Amino acid sequence: MEQSHPIKKINIICAKGSIEDVYATLILGNGAVMEGIETNMFFTFFGLEAIVKGRMDKLHTGVVGNPALRLPGGLRMPTLLGIIPGMESFTSWMMKGQMAKLDIPPVSEFLDLITAGGGKIYGCKLACDMFNFKKEDLSDHVSDILTVGEFYELAGGEGSQIIFT
Amino acid sequence: MAQKTYAGVTVDVNDEGYFTNPSQWTKEIGVEIAKEEGIVLTDKHFEIIEYLRNKHSKGETLTIRSINSSGVIDVKTFYQLFPGAPLKKATKIGGIPKPASCI
Repeated sequence: MEQSHPIKKINIICAKGSIEDVYATLILGNGAVMEGIETNMFFTFFGLEAIVKGRMDKLHTGVVGNPALRLPGGLRMPTLLGIIPGMESFTSWMMKGQMAKLDIPPVSEFLDLITAGGGKIYGCKLACDMFNFKKEDLSDHVSDILTVGEFYELAGGEGSQIIFT
Repeated sequence: MAQKTYAGVTVDVNDEGYFTNPSQWTKEIGVEIAKEEGIVLTDKHFEIIEYLRNKHSKGETLTIRSINSSGVIDVKTFYQLFPGAPLKKATKIGGIPKPASCI
């Protein structure tokens, strides 16, 4: 498909750390890399969970206050069930199983794919300061820790788009 | 349906130039399409194209991740061999439809 104004650069900000938020970011980012689009990914606040060593493959999905969550069979999952110990782990485990069936990789492998294709991963300086993370706490996939101003500098240019997931 | 002539053979392609009939493909045709994409094919290119064609013929979904399990090359090399959009370019050059996959 020839477009008159193709997207040349994609800059994605991930500020949340649940499975669905992080995967939305990773799928958009990897998809852009696969299309040959220059890709910058910026992780901030709870989104940092996706790039902190030892945490990235252990993300969970929220089972309390998530009105879209359904039980197997399609019935809505009552919020009260969500407070049962282990329910969040179980639900997250099920979601990861479903994703694995579709050949969706674990977060660490997703970051491998993205960086292998030249995509860049960044952490947010303010969020790192807030949660006491240093560069060495973050995955080796991470190029740098940036201020918001530095992020905007990176994101500049014709045909560049910023996405907040 | 559109047609194109590569290496003296007329083949069926869709609007984007992807083959609609993979059996019409030959290595010589692959070399010509690669030229259009600015790529000179080496043995490594052909090995990965063979792998993709084989997977396609079995009806399997082609993903960037599956390249790592090809046993031919890793994803990083794949991006180097087919710069830009490797899965799209490799399938176009290899005479199989554009992968309908998000990963």
